[in-house]
Amino acid sequence: MPSMLAPHLPSGRIRGVTAVAEAGCKRLEARELACVRGDRRLFADISFSLGAGELLHVAGPNGSGKTTLLRMVCGLVRPVRGEVRWGGRPIGRLGEEYLRRVTHVGHANAIKDDLTCRENLLVSTTLSGAPADPGRLRMALERMGLSGVEALPTKLLSQGQKRRLALARLPLADTPLWILDEPFTALDSGAVKAIRSMLEEHLDRGGMVVLTTHQDVPVDARVRKRLEMHP
Amino acid sequence: MRADRFGWSRYAAPTNFYPLAGRLIPWFAAPAIVLTLVGLYLGFFVAPTDFRQGEAYRIIFIHVPAAWMSMWIYVCMAVYAGVGLVFNTRLSSMMAGALAPTGALFTFLALWTGSLWGKPMWGTWWVWDARLTSELVLLFLYVGVMALTASIDDPRRADRASGLLALVGVINVPIIYFSVQWWNTLHQGASLSPSGGSRMATSMLMAMLVMTLAFWMYSFVAVFMRVRCIILERERYVDWARELAGQER
Amino acid sequence: MSGAGAMGAVRCVLRRDLTLAMRQRADLLTTLFFFIIVVSLFPLGIGPEMDTLRTLGPGVLWVAALLASMLSLGRLFASDYADGTLEQMLVSPQPLSLLVVGKVLAHWLSAGAPLVLIAPVLGLQFAMPVEGSKVLVASLLLGTPVLSLIGAIGAALTLGVRGGGVLVALLVLPLYVPVLIFGAGAVEATMSGLGAEGHLSLLAAFLVLALCFSPWATATALRISMD
Repeated sequence: MPSMLAPHLPSGRIRGVTAVAEAGCKRLEARELACVRGDRRLFADISFSLGAGELLHVAGPNGSGKTTLLRMVCGLVRPVRGEVRWGGRPIGRLGEEYLRRVTHVGHANAIKDDLTCRENLLVSTTLSGAPADPGRLRMALERMGLSGVEALPTKLLSQGQKRRLALARLPLADTPLWILDEPFTALDSGAVKAIRSMLEEHLDRGGMVVLTTHQDVPVDARVRKRLEMHP
Repeated sequence: MRADRFGWSRYAAPTNFYPLAGRLIPWFAAPAIVLTLVGLYLGFFVAPTDFRQGEAYRIIFIHVPAAWMSMWIYVCMAVYAGVGLVFNTRLSSMMAGALAPTGALFTFLALWTGSLWGKPMWGTWWVWDARLTSELVLLFLYVGVMALTASIDDPRRADRASGLLALVGVINVPIIYFSVQWWNTLHQGASLSPSGGSRMATSMLMAMLVMTLAFWMYSFVAVFMRVRCIILERERYVDWARELAGQER
Repeated sequence: MSGAGAMGAVRCVLRRDLTLAMRQRADLLTTLFFFIIVVSLFPLGIGPEMDTLRTLGPGVLWVAALLASMLSLGRLFASDYADGTLEQMLVSPQPLSLLVVGKVLAHWLSAGAPLVLIAPVLGLQFAMPVEGSKVLVASLLLGTPVLSLIGAIGAALTLGVRGGGVLVALLVLPLYVPVLIFGAGAVEATMSGLGAEGHLSLLAAFLVLALCFSPWATATALRISMD
């Protein structure tokens, strides 16, 4: 079955393929999500459905609740009404089983200033449950163009480099669902290209991506869905 | 569900509880006033004079019921908080929030009357009695819950955070109480109680029970009035609440 | 496999926090010096008679340790909350309670353990006898982890809230009372000739109770705060 989904990948990546392949049977669904922040109703009646190889672009002006929606899909925020489902079951009930299938890169880079790039990546990989061998870490850093600075404490890096480090954990994560909040901010064209090819590879293998961005999403996906949020 | 046969569960919605609470208030206010008068009469006129402490001890009829209520209300608050956290019901969290100030009031009353008692007995305005010290710590717990609710802007997060704090507190209240008991006996501190140990004249016990009941009725009145305000505040963007607020003004 | 993954993640969080504490040594030392300064303030306020100070010694040392421990709670979750690492811990498949245990252990090692080590030296300022010092160390060793565990709940509830440090104090100090009573009580009991086994066993019981409930309560509080 893996060979049917991704015939062109070398056999060394079989493990990655299997993890993503199994996601091919499961869909991410949101039904009538509503959110209240303080006294304000942030959004209501948001529904979407996402399957393997599909990309969901959440668009809308500032303050329309895009970040909150993404956090809801991660399980960080409980919706006032509606629910998010994975494979037909609510994520609240799935708990760890669902989180094992998710990699989230938020607005904040989630890196500690006083740790080096390598140490930061090691921590995030271990937390996600993936094996953290130094070879894979080095490859991920190389791919994101950070091989020269991997032993530097991250407080010495530029904004763009920090963002690249935050995204470096994506290829290591090996999960079917990627939830990205403004991944292209602060990145130069070289980095944008690298992220693009990473996203396209992931989608080809049957993964799913939910992302928000103000720019036009330069990613080539089999199915691209767009969700407009209104404040 | 048997309870549902009478349609009780519909009162779990704030919208429906609001008028019910309003109708119940007079039914608790009347007994509260009557019982207070009876209790005060029993305590200040009927109960015998204590041979050791004279008339001054009579403040016990306010001090002890207030202390009992302060602890009972904390337990109730913790139960509502727990229900609100587990079942995610809005009204339970609102009730917990409405109970806190009344509980704090009784705690303060217990402390104040304790101090008034201590002055004629020991000559000082404060005595590190086991009960007074536990009441002091209980006051801090109440203030903590109220301060946390006041500091968090988002009402949902405020409810859940102070609910969790109330639950953590309720587990600690017995531990704190017994620690302070132990601390007090070891240091052989003062003890506020009428003469002799546990044998109390029946009339004294009656007076205390009546006052406790009176305070309990009062609590219902105060808490129901407060929870109605909270419901109005929280649901203010819902049409019925806006209408009601407009009418009552 | 998930069991090994969880323990590996706890060790990772522990190592990470200890590394960060080592690289930001200033925080560590300020807590320690706060403890030393507060303890030294009491004789200045009370007077230099050794007898009075000997009686007050256990209480003063314990209250100062309590305050120092509480002051350091701000560090526990605040920076992780600010840079997004806390969010990642909530989204990770590892059980949050275990990750919390790792963080609290690292916090105790960097903030509580130094207090335990320096307390006997400060006891000398209060003419504390040797047996008293030994029990002081034992009681602090059992008590300061409980303070960190209970304090973690307060720190988690007040994440990003105004009134930060003082509010945590208000929430957490009443809960510290039993630990204070038995901790200081243990030393006083030893100094007056009675045994301290009862007190120390109660402190140990508090530690076990806190270890069972606090990580779960802290994890719940973190989820509430991140909502």
